[in-house]
Amino acid sequence: MSRVLRSGAAALATAVALGAAGCGGGTEVPGSGSAAGSSTSLSGQTVEVAATWSGTEQANFQAVLDAFAKKTGATVKYTSGGDDMAALINSRLAGGAPPDVALIAQPGVIAEFARKGAIKPVTGAAATAMDANYSPAWKQLGMVDGQLYGIPFKVANKSVVWYRTEQFAQAGVQPPTTWEEFVTVTRTLADAGINPMAVPGGDGWTLTDWFENVYLRVAGPEKYAQLAAHKLPWTDPTVVEALKILGEYWAMPRTVQGGSSGALQLGFTQSVADVFGEKPKSAMLFEGDFVGAEITKLGKVKVGETAKFFDWPSIKGSGPAVVTAGDQAVAFKDTPGAVALMEFLASPEAAAQMAAKGGFLSANKNLDLAQYPDDTIRALATSVVKADLLQFDLSDLTPQAFGGGTSASMWKLLQDFLAAPTDAAGIAQKLEDAAKRDFGSK
Amino acid sequence: MTRTSEPVDGERTAATTTADPQPAEAPAARSETAAADRSGVPGAARGGRPRWEGRTIAVLFLAPALLTLAALVVYPILYTIWLSLHNADGSRFVGLDNYVTMFTAADVRKAITNNVIWVVVAPSLVTIIGLILAVLTERVRMATAFKTILFMPMAISFLAAGVTFRMVYDESPDRGAANAFAVAVHDMFRSPSPYHGTSVREGSLLVADADGALRTAGNVDANQPVLLPLVGLPEDRIPSAAAPAAATDAGQGLRGVVWLDFTRGGGGTAGVVDPTERGLPAMAVEALRDGAVVGRTTTAADGRFSFPDLTGDGYQIRLAGSNFTEPFAGVTWLGPSLVTPAIIGAYIWIWAGFAMVLISAGLAAIPRDALEAARMDGATEWQVFRLVTAPLVRPVLTVVFVTLVINVLKIFDLILVIAPESSQDDANVVALEMYRVSFGGGLDFGLGSALGVLLFLLVLPAMLLRIRSMRKGVS
Repeated sequence: MSRVLRSGAAALATAVALGAAGCGGGTEVPGSGSAAGSSTSLSGQTVEVAATWSGTEQANFQAVLDAFAKKTGATVKYTSGGDDMAALINSRLAGGAPPDVALIAQPGVIAEFARKGAIKPVTGAAATAMDANYSPAWKQLGMVDGQLYGIPFKVANKSVVWYRTEQFAQAGVQPPTTWEEFVTVTRTLADAGINPMAVPGGDGWTLTDWFENVYLRVAGPEKYAQLAAHKLPWTDPTVVEALKILGEYWAMPRTVQGGSSGALQLGFTQSVADVFGEKPKSAMLFEGDFVGAEITKLGKVKVGETAKFFDWPSIKGSGPAVVTAGDQAVAFKDTPGAVALMEFLASPEAAAQMAAKGGFLSANKNLDLAQYPDDTIRALATSVVKADLLQFDLSDLTPQAFGGGTSASMWKLLQDFLAAPTDAAGIAQKLEDAAKRDFGSK
Repeated sequence: MTRTSEPVDGERTAATTTADPQPAEAPAARSETAAADRSGVPGAARGGRPRWEGRTIAVLFLAPALLTLAALVVYPILYTIWLSLHNADGSRFVGLDNYVTMFTAADVRKAITNNVIWVVVAPSLVTIIGLILAVLTERVRMATAFKTILFMPMAISFLAAGVTFRMVYDESPDRGAANAFAVAVHDMFRSPSPYHGTSVREGSLLVADADGALRTAGNVDANQPVLLPLVGLPEDRIPSAAAPAAATDAGQGLRGVVWLDFTRGGGGTAGVVDPTERGLPAMAVEALRDGAVVGRTTTAADGRFSFPDLTGDGYQIRLAGSNFTEPFAGVTWLGPSLVTPAIIGAYIWIWAGFAMVLISAGLAAIPRDALEAARMDGATEWQVFRLVTAPLVRPVLTVVFVTLVINVLKIFDLILVIAPESSQDDANVVALEMYRVSFGGGLDFGLGSALGVLLFLLVLPAMLLRIRSMRKGVS
């Protein structure tokens, strides 16, 4: 009997997760007696926050939560969702016990939640704090259908390429500013016997960032926004052109570390170690500002001395543009605790807590730049705060099935493209087919 | 506890009391039926009311288990079937659409194919290896120690085992044990050349041949030195013997210089021997005329080579392919083609010990006299094994095999952990696909449930077989 039970239950793990609704429930603390919404005393209340962070980032964020707990007296419980935040939140929602506040990286997912009514609009003190501390461009990015839902807590500057200074010095090259210079630098590095670029193709999201940076510069912000909403087909000539530029770069001989097949086995964390470790295997690594924190964590070289960055080179005379991303705080409940935490997360005080630890950029314009630990991060942050022209990471704006997680169409197709970077039009067609399917189902 | 739910009926109450552990203390007003029940007279059990009582008790005792079973097994099964007939978020009935999608989508077909490979290969290999280990460990001293060691992988969580094997199979020989071994073995027979990875300076005379050799594109003559610039040699692989390249030469015959045309720190001119640029010593150089090799030499410390006897023109110079033999980079274990066999390898490592322990138990139960009788009759050890041992342990082998089939059908964790994202599609199995479409980005609970139902149907025959063999074992 018990054997049948065990096998059956295991075979239907999905069903158990979905069916036994109440099981996933944490302790839901009801908005207790004191009606004073903006009261600072929340002692006895528990607020649960979920975010993707673990390890160092979790510890850094814990400092913010501790500051909140100290200020309000509330008990804050942190849940790490790991890479599969969406899976965590969805199953918690299905079980009727979502966290009070979650930090979600994909605006597309936030929009889905907003339209389903799963998250609460930002109002009251939290909305005031948002207006006071963020530029209109950022507020715009947090809105869904004209209603503010998300507060950008942690943002990223995804338009920088990191490099090792001694490798550049050895090859005698300077950080490039245009795509042509970028290609020349790459070739010169290869001639010097230094592998130029690590492409962590094992993690599909890094490839989407490659595409987005090329596309934003080739097609401009309007088309970028249209493509993100799939109002422009992926077979558009601008997409094909961007893919061609990308493919030509990836296909350059002696450029990508380990060749295509090696790149597809390389994960992001490993790529940081490969470029900024004891014995560098490559000279450059393209990814966002957060590479700085990874380098520091690795502890082999110093950010700002041996590890530096340059802005993503301009293509065909394109102006400075920043592809950004961010963990936005959204509230699944409107309990006083949740609202107070949202307000706190929008404050310069909370940002300062985390900024001082490094590896963190805030879009909060009232945050004192002196809080950042070094000039590198300060430079990264300044460009994000002051940017008028911001575009969110495109893959984050698309439905989850297309750009939002492991095995998403765009990730997989760009991995296929990295494996054989010649057929730009063919990949564009496949992307369009996938987009039709994935956007259509919403 | 139970009495309160009973109807208020004197006899029944009394009957219930019989179930009490201390019947002697029961009230004296005991009915005859109850007494008969206690005495165990068969006729009494067939009487109406006592049977009722027996049944009630049975139901009461079974109720907790039945309720648990209903809540944790029956309800989820039914709910999964219900979900599988609905759209992504369960809001609309779609009939069998999910099942149609399931069998037409390329992803799912790949997953089913992989599942078939797993079921065909893994359980039989594990059973065979388990059997071999069981037979072998039976014959050695300290068998228990060996068995304990072989069984140890079972003590590790599959997730941890998966992470371990992810590292074992790592692409880089510096990190992955499997590739470190492969490279070490390979290099024993064919070591890489000192100049691997170098290539020609663009715009120079040299072009690459198919076999990795570099050759001058056109003809060269003996009137002036031939300049053969190479690039791309890492600083730490420049031979210590390398001297600054010889810029000028007024020698005799066909001659030239092979050098690393890259000024450290930049600043050199392409194709020109700059002051700090170094020659590449001990490079095998061949002179060709009309495709035939007419001379062989190697370069000096400053990169110079010469064929004093060759004069005139119409020569080609070739840098032999043996100069540039690439090092063996190892095997891409977790690439599209090898990922499933690699993960099956990890699975065998985990489960072989388990199979061995069960089969050893089966072996231990074999009557020794049967084996001895066979040996007395002059059977060889192989014959004893094939004709006596194997048939006698067959029931155990069946149990192990069927258990593994059920286990393999549901395989999920190892693949999720070991397969890198880029080859997850190629390693996909039904259980993983179920997770991916439901939670891993697809959020299509309808299709996910349909896959769950498919998996359930696949496991069902193996499960029934197992239950039947268990029953037989009991009787």
